[in-house]
Amino acid sequence: MARVSFTSNLRRHVDCPVVEAKGQTVREVLNSVFESNDRLRTYILDDQAALRKHMTILVDGKRVSDLAGLSDPVLPKSEVYVLQALSGG
Amino acid sequence: MSNSILVSTRKGLFTVKRGRGGWSVSDGDFIGDNVTLTLHDLRDGTDYAALNHGHFGIKLHRRDKGRKTWKEITTPAYPAKPEGLNDLDGWGKPVNWTTQLIWALEAGGRDEPGVIWCGTMPGGLFRSRDRGTTWEMIDTLWHMPDRNKWLGGGADIPGIHSICVDPRSSKTARVAISCGGVWVTHDGGTTWAQTAHGMKFDQGPPEQAGDPHTQDPHMMVQCKSEPDKFWVQHHCGIFKSVDNAKSWTEVKAKPSSFGFGVAVHPEDADTAWFVPGIKDEKRIPVDGALVVTRTRDGGKTFKCLKKGLPQKHAYDLIFRHGLAIDGPGERLAMGSTTGGVWVSEDQGDSWQSVTHSLPPVYAVRFA
Repeated sequence: MARVSFTSNLRRHVDCPVVEAKGQTVREVLNSVFESNDRLRTYILDDQAALRKHMTILVDGKRVSDLAGLSDPVLPKSEVYVLQALSGG
Repeated sequence: MSNSILVSTRKGLFTVKRGRGGWSVSDGDFIGDNVTLTLHDLRDGTDYAALNHGHFGIKLHRRDKGRKTWKEITTPAYPAKPEGLNDLDGWGKPVNWTTQLIWALEAGGRDEPGVIWCGTMPGGLFRSRDRGTTWEMIDTLWHMPDRNKWLGGGADIPGIHSICVDPRSSKTARVAISCGGVWVTHDGGTTWAQTAHGMKFDQGPPEQAGDPHTQDPHMMVQCKSEPDKFWVQHHCGIFKSVDNAKSWTEVKAKPSSFGFGVAVHPEDADTAWFVPGIKDEKRIPVDGALVVTRTRDGGKTFKCLKKGLPQKHAYDLIFRHGLAIDGPGERLAMGSTTGGVWVSEDQGDSWQSVTHSLPPVYAVRFA
């Protein structure tokens, strides 16, 4: 199973420790995570189930390219990082 | 009279209370987070707070009467955008069907407990019948062909910022849109009609100045005891209606008719307050002096109220939800972009400074 990590900024709003999740695409992995943490869904995805505008996801160090469909492949031992862009204010 | 005010700011929600020594900040919630608007529902004492987490989107929280803790509830969400739909706004830009700001929160009528209305950017109107646990989009308004004429004003995208549920019938509600005019329903949201006739947008082609669909009302209020009468602080001036918002006429005020907020007395529709800025391209007080203007004769004359307000090098702007009046119409509160909060206990004749050091204030509401 892939290992999925979230930032401390996101964990401030929703309890989301590192978790192992099944799936062959980013979408499948995220859906697997949301099965046990539904509240997390709207913090990462927008109303159209696309990645939020200022969020990004890295799979094995590479930024995903399909921001709306989240079809990028995930391997059984992949490391997935869910990140927000850093901005001040 | 109300002794408590909810102040929504860029870095938290603050409660201002009246004590023996006057008004002061007593509590802070969501410290560090962007709180954009609140609603205190007088029917059941529930508080609602809208947050904008930026990266993580818009969220809504609820606090039951008498409780100190908040609970996250469902945020109004747009339906799936039909595949292949070329949905463009009035500027010709694609509309993103996602809640990008909660810009209006209002309680339903007295005869419909638990009903809450919510206006959003990019222009969706929502209603909850269970205190925000679930929401329905008012898709009859969203699917009006004229919605594609709506456009962003100061913001990039259009939004609903004012909702007036008619005190005579909960099935009648009016919403004001920047920029999309004023819309009314008399059947609980099934059908809608444009009703911004008479407003003028004087900064474009003259032949289009009166087009109701592209008017930019900044804020709209309805008098509770004289519900035929409305006030609008518009991008291009002040407008009033005395015929149930069927038509609007312009009113001139000094030192300026430009601004964002407006409040109307709940018992006397001829009495209303505004906070003027210089104009569109200079959104600061005239001559660096913060003032409130008040009419008591339906806009024929205005008095400039400044006692207790900073009169030198004040560059405070009062956003559209930054001016509020309490239930009996005696007390006013306002909060500014530079973190100032003031309260008046005499209908604006004089003001007490509560603080100068809050984060930028988006909204004030008596609770």
